[in-house]
Amino acid sequence: MSIDKDTARRVAHLARIEVAETDLDKLAGELSNILGFMEQLNEVDVEGVEPMTSVTPMRLKRRADKVTDGGYPEKILANAPDAREGFFAVPKVVE
Amino acid sequence: MTALNKLSIAAARDGLRKGEITALEITDACISAIEDAEALNAYSFPTFDIARDRAKAADARIAKGDAPSMCGIPLGIKDLFCTRGVPSQAASKILKGFRPEYESTITARLKSDGAVMLGKLNMDEFAMGSSNETSAYGPVTSPWRREGSDAALTPGGSSGGSAAAVAADLCLAATGTDTGGSIRQPAAFTGIVGVKPTYGRCSRWGIIAFASSLDQAGPMTGDVRDAAIMLGAMCGHDAKDSTSADLAVPDFEAALTGDIRGKKIGIPKEYRMDGMPEEIEKLWADGAAMLKDAGAEIVDISLPHTRYALPAYYVIAPAEASSNLARYDGVRYGHRARLGKGDGITQMYEKTRAEGFGAEVQRRVMIGAYVLSAGFYDAYYRRAQRVRTLIKRDFEQVYAAGIDAILTPATPSAAFGLGEMADADPIRMYLNDVFTVTVNLAGLPGISVPAGLDHQGLPLGLQLIGQPWAEADLLNSAYVLERAAGFVSKPAKWW
Repeated sequence: MSIDKDTARRVAHLARIEVAETDLDKLAGELSNILGFMEQLNEVDVEGVEPMTSVTPMRLKRRADKVTDGGYPEKILANAPDAREGFFAVPKVVE
Repeated sequence: MTALNKLSIAAARDGLRKGEITALEITDACISAIEDAEALNAYSFPTFDIARDRAKAADARIAKGDAPSMCGIPLGIKDLFCTRGVPSQAASKILKGFRPEYESTITARLKSDGAVMLGKLNMDEFAMGSSNETSAYGPVTSPWRREGSDAALTPGGSSGGSAAAVAADLCLAATGTDTGGSIRQPAAFTGIVGVKPTYGRCSRWGIIAFASSLDQAGPMTGDVRDAAIMLGAMCGHDAKDSTSADLAVPDFEAALTGDIRGKKIGIPKEYRMDGMPEEIEKLWADGAAMLKDAGAEIVDISLPHTRYALPAYYVIAPAEASSNLARYDGVRYGHRARLGKGDGITQMYEKTRAEGFGAEVQRRVMIGAYVLSAGFYDAYYRRAQRVRTLIKRDFEQVYAAGIDAILTPATPSAAFGLGEMADADPIRMYLNDVFTVTVNLAGLPGISVPAGLDHQGLPLGLQLIGQPWAEADLLNSAYVLERAAGFVSKPAKWW
């Protein structure tokens, strides 16, 4: 599977990473190369094999549905690059 | 008497309990060693004040006779562990300035046992790398050098700061994390012991996530006994990690009997790779002979899907990483790009992530986004998960046939030079994980034990892979191998 410049642009956007137009060809080459390496997986007969979704066969525990923590918005906001009036602040989203 | 920073955990513990030494003395010896070793760049953020406070508290506790094994033991903590009030950046620019309001379960456990934190240790950015060269803090330099050369070598990665700090006696032991080999490969490169426990043995809570179905924390220590002691303090059930196993923690140190008579050790033929250096072949054969001399039975086995482990890993790990790293958006913590006039929220995300993530992290996040995207999910991600099932099944079959543990080389080569792989294709770097990555995919415990030196005087390691939850047995086999190999070399101090 080879990735062209348009696909590279699309993947970068999907990943929300800005890539300069002039770097897209190089990126497409790198991604194609890595995907080429993954093509080896096509040699494996996976007919009837379940995909592995859990590493250990144990059932995930469920916790009780109750509040056990919280009530400290100042701690939640302490590391924010921009926090105002108890909220995370971001550029305007809706016009 | 041995310099205090060179003590093993076991010797320090015994000395502390007898009142022959104090935690503060050991801590001060480590601090001097760290201050003298800036050339290695192993510590990204020293916490000497915290260390001295905790050492004094540990001494008070020991004086009262209340001293768990790790009490008063100075440790280095990989930067991937969140530590309350102390920078925790995963060696990434995107987390610059992040000081967590909480403490990871592993570091909290060590702290409550009285262990002393000397500082945070350098690593590859978000644990993505095998040479420590992707770190935003700059690479760690290995304390080891080739004979007759002063070329700077890698300590391996991603837990390269941990490996260098233990090898250079800048702490008594360190925490590491291992997603594809990030504890075992650097341990092998620096002549120390590194354990990747069974998936679920150590809580992942508060460890900055890379690939959640593969990540495990473990100890990096000078010897197997220390690994057993420290692992015991790190693991145990944690309600805050839903994949944490609710199993009793055995006394790992007590399991070190040195008796492995009748144990069956498998030698997988698929790990004999084309172009593998002869000295690694020999090391492996010597290791098998040592276990046989100790009374184990050596059995040739086959793990037929081994060669597909690396491509499967490089689908699954980036897929999980792209999802985990979606949280770095410039909103809740860390770096936010300076925005231009009229930039909206999408530009904020895209610029922040372009500035904050290094090249390798960007590459993996994009690969992950691609293999998870509509139209490619089945062809890549789902197929890789099915191959993962087959890789795990390979191990289940040999264990069901009576194999107790598996012996392999830890790495395909000794440490390479910093910068030597700079122009190489990223896949060449990925090949470092070829012997270790199967263990993460199958969720098994693995340990790297230093076993010899190569022709240039650099350490080489052997890996033992155990049955799920059989760390006690695995550590005992590793203990036998360690004693038989008699590896005592240390890097000659040049820094």
